[in-house]
Amino acid sequence: MNDTAPSGPLLKMTGMTKQYPGCLANDHVSLTVERNQIHALLGENGAGKSTLVKIIYGVVRPDEGEIIWDGQTVNIQNPGHAQRLGIGMVFQHFSLFEALTVQENIALGLGLAKERLGLRERIVRISNEYGLPLDPDRVVHDLSVGERQRIEIVRCLLQNPKLLIMDEPTSVLTPSEVRKLFVTLRRLAAEGCSILYISHKLEEVRALCSAATIMRLGKNVARVIPAEKTVKELAEIMINMDLHAPTPRPLAPVSAPSRLVLDKLTIRSPHHFGTDLKDISLSLKGGEILGIAGIAGNGQSELMDALSGEILAGKPENVVIDGVPAGHKGPHDRRRIHGCFVPEERNGHGAVTTMTLAENAFLSGFTRRALVRFGVIDTKKTSAFAETIIKAFDVRTTGPKAQARSLSGGNLQKFLVGREVLQEPAVLVINQPTWGVDAGAALAIHEAIMALAAGGAAVMIISQDLDEIFVLADRISVIAGGRVSEPVLTRDATVESIGRLMGGGSAPAASGEMAVA
Amino acid sequence: MTALLVAFLVSTIAASTPLLLAATGELIVEKVGVLNLGVEGMMLAGAIAGFATANQTGITSLGVLAAMVAGIALSMLFAVVSLTLQANQTATGLALTIFGRGFSALVGAGYVGIPAPTLPKIHLPVLSDIPVLGPVIFGHDILVYLALAILAAVAWCIRSTHLGLILRAVGDSHDAAHALGYAVIPIRYAAVAFGGALAGLAGAYMSLAYTPLWAQDMTAGRGWVAVALVTFSAWRPFWLLIGAWFFGALMYLSLYVQALGVAVPSALLSAVPYIGTVVVLVLISRDARRIRLHRPAMLGRPFQARV
Repeated sequence: MNDTAPSGPLLKMTGMTKQYPGCLANDHVSLTVERNQIHALLGENGAGKSTLVKIIYGVVRPDEGEIIWDGQTVNIQNPGHAQRLGIGMVFQHFSLFEALTVQENIALGLGLAKERLGLRERIVRISNEYGLPLDPDRVVHDLSVGERQRIEIVRCLLQNPKLLIMDEPTSVLTPSEVRKLFVTLRRLAAEGCSILYISHKLEEVRALCSAATIMRLGKNVARVIPAEKTVKELAEIMINMDLHAPTPRPLAPVSAPSRLVLDKLTIRSPHHFGTDLKDISLSLKGGEILGIAGIAGNGQSELMDALSGEILAGKPENVVIDGVPAGHKGPHDRRRIHGCFVPEERNGHGAVTTMTLAENAFLSGFTRRALVRFGVIDTKKTSAFAETIIKAFDVRTTGPKAQARSLSGGNLQKFLVGREVLQEPAVLVINQPTWGVDAGAALAIHEAIMALAAGGAAVMIISQDLDEIFVLADRISVIAGGRVSEPVLTRDATVESIGRLMGGGSAPAASGEMAVA
Repeated sequence: MTALLVAFLVSTIAASTPLLLAATGELIVEKVGVLNLGVEGMMLAGAIAGFATANQTGITSLGVLAAMVAGIALSMLFAVVSLTLQANQTATGLALTIFGRGFSALVGAGYVGIPAPTLPKIHLPVLSDIPVLGPVIFGHDILVYLALAILAAVAWCIRSTHLGLILRAVGDSHDAAHALGYAVIPIRYAAVAFGGALAGLAGAYMSLAYTPLWAQDMTAGRGWVAVALVTFSAWRPFWLLIGAWFFGALMYLSLYVQALGVAVPSALLSAVPYIGTVVVLVLISRDARRIRLHRPAMLGRPFQARV
């Protein structure tokens, strides 16, 4: 480290402490980011990374500690102040305005009128240059998670920051998009913009970052050079235990019965700029995991909604769950016939964030776990169900009475996956099972999914994370432009062959135009 | 027949003006995510403040100014309680209306049945003398034109200016706006004050132009119709205008039908403008997607910056 250089580090934080009621989020944490450096901040969910980053960005005020920015001691008052200092941030839970267009969202991040001159052209130029395609006139409400993230990144880049904080930026990008982003980030670093990079993808951190600060339970545990460590070593420092890879599972026998069948499923998207589903036919056997790969916004959310019953299919036979035609049934009735679902967005869709874990457990589990007696909620049984989920999935929380929003992303996701898995479904569909989830939690979720399949359930995973699909799935299909390609056996597929289908290469069943917006 | 038409149009425009003023103010308040149900109370406060001041000083413009000050004062009471102290906005708004009604009745007790100077009608040579068009378009008092001008300005501001974008953003997601560095609470204070000023102005129109008198509860629920107009127009200024005119027209027609002596209870006829306006606006703005797009997502939700 060149602390002796005349200019010193760009950002130096020492003794940062932040106490929340019942939780010491940061306990005398230090962080030093050099100029032109891509610096990783690693740690499990709940390790205190988010709090530290929010302190830098002025969203949270520390109780103690000193921040030296560009050689000056500063007291960052609010995000506006941080921006004026030259700090930009891409949030994990996006700070976007749903009812506004892409361009309006970006304009709001630019305070001065002269910064907004020719904004439209600059958005298009930057988004093309950095491989983040965006239509400035679309309303955010209709965009997928991946598309929303692009807005945040472009918004920051437009401000020419000196330090760019990125919270889980690659979780929703395809391998080639990630490569493009890395080119961008390296170029930014070379041009003088340091990057503080928070990610759970340790392989990426090794490839990209020249230094890493690792946190655990609110404290610094190490500062390392990532390239000098293996992924396994990094993960073990992070979670302080030995990791083991999930054990491979035998393929489902050919004779196993089909438990989820889609027959010529065609759906008009209810969203204004959504993707229509076109003629999707698939069949999943019990004991099988099918991975649906694809770039954000190619019909994943519509497919999820059509499977869960939030959008009804034209004919009952379009969706057959465990032998019962269910195209006309809503989510509740589909649960009755042993179908369970975990949607992509955990805050507000998967869970009601202001309700307790017990109440959230009840909302989806009341039929299958018989939590209602004579029309009255059986609170004892509900609480016990939530307790079971918390125990079985190692959810770090104070108990069933904790509000869903008090949990970190990874813990809430474990709870939601656990809630469905413990209902012992015949068919489980999960959209983005481990989006924004740390290595430990992701492993726990993956193991639960595999155990469920081993027990004879059919599992469909819709994911933009190819690594995840290759780890879990027996067969892989690609969704592109609302069409789903013929599944291929995972052992016959390569990242390149799947990536080609995702990017619009010809596919057996995916003819026609692509919607890579 | 022509006289009847002129009377109909003139009175429609006059009756729609207080609604338009109050609803335009409430539109801005709701756009930033605040639900102030105290419009009726603020209108009454404006009506008595305007009337009393005009009566004491003999200057109507001072009355109009006093009405706006009274509206702002009440709205700031609401803002302190609901924005700074974070009390429930619905309850606070209802309390404000109750307070405004009681307070205006108390202050106004000595003003019942006495006259005050009236806002003069504008008379333009030539233009105001054109048959039909003259009185309908050029024969009103200044507040009528002000109401339309403010609505147009507000519509333009919301749609086309950066300020309007910030207002919409604060109402769409106060957390995101805060994260971007916008001062959510001060912006909301300003919007609430604007709403208070326009509600006060609407009250002044009632007591200094529409029926130049003071009577207890003289706004007769127009503040509530203004609130309903904002919601049922799906927060779109153009439909606000249509709704306000429609209310004005029904108001005139119900009086006209009563005057004809049709055998319908007058209480029922008086209710027609209120119900009719809501029914029509519900019918024209049923599109769920459009409502979702225009409805401020933070409406009625308190904001607290997490520190």
